[in-house]
Amino acid sequence: MVELLAGVLMLSGAVMFLVGSIGLLRLPDIYCRLHALTKVDNLGLGLIVAGLVLRHSDPRLAIKMILVWILLLASSAAIAHLIARQALRRESE
Amino acid sequence: MMDSWLFDVVDALLALTAVVLAAMSVLGSDQKRSIVLFIAFGLLLSLIWARLQAPDLALAEAAIGAGLTGALLLSALPYSTAEKGACRQQRAWADIAFNRALRGLAATLIAGVAIAMIWALDDGRLQSVPFTVSEQVFGHLPHSGVGNPVTAVLLNFRAYDTLLELAVLLCVALGILALGQPSVPVVAPGPVLVLLVGILVPLLVLMAGYLLWVGAHAPGGAFQGGAVLAAAGVLLLLSGHRDAWLPGPRLLAAALGAGLFLFIGAGAAMTLSGAVFLEYPEGWAGAIILLIEAMALLSIAVTLVLAYLGGPPAPSPSPPARHTDVEGH
Repeated sequence: MVELLAGVLMLSGAVMFLVGSIGLLRLPDIYCRLHALTKVDNLGLGLIVAGLVLRHSDPRLAIKMILVWILLLASSAAIAHLIARQALRRESE
Repeated sequence: MMDSWLFDVVDALLALTAVVLAAMSVLGSDQKRSIVLFIAFGLLLSLIWARLQAPDLALAEAAIGAGLTGALLLSALPYSTAEKGACRQQRAWADIAFNRALRGLAATLIAGVAIAMIWALDDGRLQSVPFTVSEQVFGHLPHSGVGNPVTAVLLNFRAYDTLLELAVLLCVALGILALGQPSVPVVAPGPVLVLLVGILVPLLVLMAGYLLWVGAHAPGGAFQGGAVLAAAGVLLLLSGHRDAWLPGPRLLAAALGAGLFLFIGAGAAMTLSGAVFLEYPEGWAGAIILLIEAMALLSIAVTLVLAYLGGPPAPSPSPPARHTDVEGH
């Protein structure tokens, strides 16, 4: 049961990454691409981490993986903001 | 367990993508694109090292190959394009021909080496060695003072090599310091970047310390830790700290030389006490290695930050102003 749930979580995470990659390739401008990329890699990695946490019983490993996810949340949000700000500046020049 | 053919497919895809990325990075005409592809190539290479069960190399490749080298190339980009624009008209035919000849020569050399390697592996020449290196390493590991075979080789069995590597790094740092004050672009970091730097820099320092400590029995060590610490310095430079929190000239010199001179000093002390140069006394090897690695980490980190900066750091404005920089504006 737990295995099944973990599999579903990880698979939906992988689908998220796929959707994000398609968005990165197909969306028209930098802001839309950022939108696709940041939403999707946060959620995608979150789902995969959730699946992995379920599969492994070691709580130390689980905490490590969740910390990795939190770090990615912070850096990905900040980097998206920086890229968007730079793009806006370049446009206004 | 997952099927092994699935891993075969993943490995084949990794190898193929690495070759394609490398070719795109070298052959492309847009320099910025080439650099981004180079960074992607580095990350892929570290994945490949991880698949080959060489986590030490994977760590080093991700931190130094993809991360710091990528940052270095990106910071060099403005100079390169500015020069190109200035002398595009005068770019002589001979220049282009020379470039092509150089590329052809490099390609021939690489192809030659690749063919020689395939021939040597295929012929089983490497198998004719009476013992394998890994047997030797694992056989002597209990005496090395550390549990990680890579650290044992770098800091104990082949400590000479690492000592000379540190000497090379010191020469590099001296060369960079001789370049004179670099022109660091003045950046006004936004509140988000300041916040991110406030989170990441302490984490990177912690991570560097962890890598140093864990290097004794698991993948990690001075080079990986030094690269991570240097990344903190690069972040500080990017967010408007023009001195990257590097110390003044005297302390800077001490930090640069610390790794090499402690290494030599430890070796000399061993010689004086009757042992061979760098023959660690029984039972003390672990502690001496940790001390040498700690100093080497400092030297490596400072050298790498100097390489990114491209010259000696600007004198810091006034020491108390630093901390308000982080929290305020």
